Amino acid sequence: MIIIKMQNILKKLIVLVVILFLWQLLSSSIHTIIPSPIEVFTALYNLSVQGDIFIHIFASLKRVVVGFLIATFLGVGLALITGYYKKIDVFLKPLVEFLRPIPPIAWIPIAILIFGLGDMSAYFIVFIGAFFPIFTNSFFGVSSLPVIYENIAHSFEIKNFIFVKDILFKFSLPYIFTGLKIGIGMAWMSVIAAELIGAQSGLGYFIQLNRLLLRTDNVIAGMILIGFIGYMLSLLLLTVEKIIIPWSIKK
Amino acid sequence: MLELKNISHYYRNQSRNTEISVFENFNLLIGEGEIVSLVGKSGCGKTTLVNIIAGYTEPTSGSVFMNGEKVVAPGKDRIVINQIHDLFDWMTVYQNMRLVSNDDNDINKYLSMTRLSEFADAYPYELSGGMKKRLSLARALVVDPKFIIMDEPFNSLDYQLREKFQEELLDIVRKSKKTILFVTHDIEEAVFLSDKVIILSGRPTQIKKEIVISFSKNKVDSIRDTEDFIFLKKKIKEEM
Repeated sequence: MIIIKMQNILKKLIVLVVILFLWQLLSSSIHTIIPSPIEVFTALYNLSVQGDIFIHIFASLKRVVVGFLIATFLGVGLALITGYYKKIDVFLKPLVEFLRPIPPIAWIPIAILIFGLGDMSAYFIVFIGAFFPIFTNSFFGVSSLPVIYENIAHSFEIKNFIFVKDILFKFSLPYIFTGLKIGIGMAWMSVIAAELIGAQSGLGYFIQLNRLLLRTDNVIAGMILIGFIGYMLSLLLLTVEKIIIPWSIKK
Repeated sequence: MLELKNISHYYRNQSRNTEISVFENFNLLIGEGEIVSLVGKSGCGKTTLVNIIAGYTEPTSGSVFMNGEKVVAPGKDRIVINQIHDLFDWMTVYQNMRLVSNDDNDINKYLSMTRLSEFADAYPYELSGGMKKRLSLARALVVDPKFIIMDEPFNSLDYQLREKFQEELLDIVRKSKKTILFVTHDIEEAVFLSDKVIILSGRPTQIKKEIVISFSKNKVDSIRDTEDFIFLKKKIKEEM
């Protein structure tokens, strides 16, 4: 076991070293555009010491959390309602299938027109990005409830509210979490995109500003932070999933 | 008492636009406290019959009566124990019981009757096949139904476990004094478990023969090897 673990760590280290080496190589050939790894890590260090970057991180996280939570409540709620009142499905499905292929970025102009520059448009874009994967996966879960569970609920005369809460919702949780995991990634990508265009704070705004200031070291430092935080958000959801739905992981 | 009166049921074959008749004026009477087996080859409409009695499927015509009252929907008076997994995976053994009953005394009573008390906090995936079946049974008994329908309840169990569980089941069922309908394709199972075996024949399904099993009420595993038992098995097989 320990040897396998050590081997895995070693493999990851090798990948990291190769990337850093190639990066260094690239930066030495076109240094005006690509800063070296050392410069970028220095920039990261300076940014964290100086502290302003945390304001941007916080701004982005706040937008993601708000937009993501709204998307979760509406996405899961709507999926449960459609799963329960199956007749709505006919009306809702075409609408969802029509709206789904429109990327969140394409909503930015209309969001700015309606909500102006600022948090509201960002919430909206994050919502759009996260809603569709959450809704479609939750809906898939809800609609794959085995007939036998419905029959049992009828036979035991289980009340509608209990049926939705304890059977339909709990059965769908593994599917819902698949949606949430895709959704959080989409939400994070969407907030950066929204901030690149229509915000005065956040990591997206930060890299856009530093591009204008020709501080590519800060731009890449920002990108590294975006990648790292996105990764952490996925890990967070994975941990929550393991706690909430043990029956799905262990099955 | 369960009564099926003039049940006719058709399936519509969409692609050929024809109707397939599963039942044509089918009648059945099961007295209170009886343990009855329905045997028939697969495809003879056993599952359709279970669905009709449970209230999941409405027959094309005819009615089902429970103690004289017409059955219009599924209800707690008729519980089905299914051949496939029918427990809620995300609930512990106790929670599965709690979903259908608010009475902790009853829940404990039936968990102990089915020897599951120690596993109250386990999830279904942690139980063996036999334990899962016992939980389905405990869940059925806790709502005190008048009638229990068992649709091939042993199908998912391997042979050795089957015989053991059949004996256990018989014991529990006797104690609970319920009316039981077994649906099975296994003749030995039918003879061993029931007071009466009803043989069904092909489409449209009719009752071909009713055979009363006259063994003593205290069936034990050893009767499987007696001449009478083997003779009955043979007789039913020939009828089918």
